[in-house]
Amino acid sequence: MIFKRPSSSDSAPSDSAVEQMVRSHRLRPLELLPWIVVVGAYFVFPEYLPLGSQILIMILFAISLDLILGYAGIITLGHSALFGVGAYAAGIYALHVTGEPLSGLVVAAVAAGIVGFVSGLVILRTHGLTLLMLTLAITFLIAELANKAGFITGGADGLQGIAMQEIFGQFRFDMFGRTAYVYSAVVLFLVWLFARLLVHSPFGRSLTGIRENVTRMHAIGTPVRKRLVTVYTISAMLAGLAGGLLTHTTQFVGLSVLSFERSGEIVIMLILGGIGRLYGAFVGAAVYMIAQDELAKADPVFWYFWIGLLLVLIVMFARGGILGLVDQALRLVRRKP
Amino acid sequence: MDVFFSASISILFHGLAFAMVLYIISVGLSVTMGLMGFANLAHGVFAMAGGYLTTTAMNTYGVPFGFALVFAAVAVALLSVVLERFLYARLYGAGELEQVLFTIGLIFMAVAVVRYIWGPLPQRMLLPAALSGQIDFGFRSFPTYRTFLIAISLVLIVVLWLGIERTNFGAQVRAAVDNRRMAESLGINTGRLFTLTFALGSGLAALGGGLGADILAIHPAYAFEYLVYFLMVVAVGGLGSIRGPFVAAVLLGVSDTAFKYLVPEVGAFVIYIAVIGLLLWRPAGLFGRA
Repeated sequence: MIFKRPSSSDSAPSDSAVEQMVRSHRLRPLELLPWIVVVGAYFVFPEYLPLGSQILIMILFAISLDLILGYAGIITLGHSALFGVGAYAAGIYALHVTGEPLSGLVVAAVAAGIVGFVSGLVILRTHGLTLLMLTLAITFLIAELANKAGFITGGADGLQGIAMQEIFGQFRFDMFGRTAYVYSAVVLFLVWLFARLLVHSPFGRSLTGIRENVTRMHAIGTPVRKRLVTVYTISAMLAGLAGGLLTHTTQFVGLSVLSFERSGEIVIMLILGGIGRLYGAFVGAAVYMIAQDELAKADPVFWYFWIGLLLVLIVMFARGGILGLVDQALRLVRRKP
Repeated sequence: MDVFFSASISILFHGLAFAMVLYIISVGLSVTMGLMGFANLAHGVFAMAGGYLTTTAMNTYGVPFGFALVFAAVAVALLSVVLERFLYARLYGAGELEQVLFTIGLIFMAVAVVRYIWGPLPQRMLLPAALSGQIDFGFRSFPTYRTFLIAISLVLIVVLWLGIERTNFGAQVRAAVDNRRMAESLGINTGRLFTLTFALGSGLAALGGGLGADILAIHPAYAFEYLVYFLMVVAVGGLGSIRGPFVAAVLLGVSDTAFKYLVPEVGAFVIYIAVIGLLLWRPAGLFGRA
């Protein structure tokens, strides 16, 4: 049992469930709001664009996590492994093959996808605490590999001196982070279109079914394990894409991309926004990153205390995250005529 | 041949000491998991708290080692009862994700609090004179403290196993692990049983943290850093089992020590791969029920 996903359609209660299902994939005007913010921020906060591209990358990473955690109900604490593989793949490719960014993104996604597929085959045989432990073990394994294989990963020093070429041979990565921001925003937009398509497809529906009642899905003949491995691989590729973007925009890769803390943080961002609803990633990542930028500088130790407390409070009182609270508030307002 | 023999003895000895600490800390986690199906990732926090209380009582207040250990274990057990009654108990019926998030939140808070009080550096363990130095066994000598650690842990484990096998309380715990609803129908107060078991497991973890401060260094990231070890012991041993984690801890402790000693370049690598392989073969662990 996982956090209940509120029905994604905000239609009147008289609608039948079937109508809701049929209409849920249609684009609602509210879904464009994040994109208005993304475009608006470029013009309103030009001095914050580097932070902005970090946020966009984290949103992409959180969406990839939402596919497996929110929709398929796979609880993982090792998602940074896939992010990190993407980041390192993009960095190594840029250093040793070419600094061309778009092929670098493909390399990052494919590398993470392969690791995701293989590790998915292993971990998805188990469940519960064992699965969780395996995701941790695989993360530590890959982090240890990156640490020890210094001749290719740079070890504890990380990969330095990455020089990216222009995108399409046209757009240079400038020092104000304008290109990086637009680049991240475009990639995120394409991923959002894809993820939206995916979760509303029959495939996406079957994932929700597996999350809610795996026995029944087995009984109606769904190839459960195949579906789970597939979504895990897709999610890994998207996480790798996010990692690759981070490498391209910061032109550096360090061991921290593989850390357990990063896995924990991305889960927290997703939970904070709201899980299993695609837009939780946007809200959670933005709120977390901005709060961290403002608060963590002043007192990094207590930043973690507040994050921990927030997590406990969300679990106790607000399981739908920020968007869940918004839903509840809206429902209260609507009930009163 | 002599070098080989002496190296094996060292590995076995230090591996065993490590295994004892791992087992004493993790056994509570296994029981919590088996009894309540609760994924308590914050279990390491109790061990960390035990380690901090023990070292502080000894280093700052000059409390003798034995008393410091008992004090830490009792204090942590009491603290855990408060946490269990007010927070954990509210999530027994909840989903796994909620439990995982809640306990991660607890770890984050504990790490911050510990850093705030004790600072980022590891705590020093000042051993009493009687326990420092080497002890001579005739054919070779061993560090006294590690020898003491293995001996006292074995005594603890025997007491624990006898308690689970022979006492009324132990029988109730076993009944509740096997079939909670049946146990409830027979009039066993499982709510109280949970609280007591939770306190016992946390107290043991604190004891393990204090006893093992020499092996698992007491520092703020403790609860995160060693979490994967505790989880491996429990997952390999089999959830809910009492003896499974012992076998798992010995396997893990000895092989981890062996690889770090013989091939430091690959380090913890082999262990992770071995654990993954073992769980592919037996997803429910060595002694778990599938």
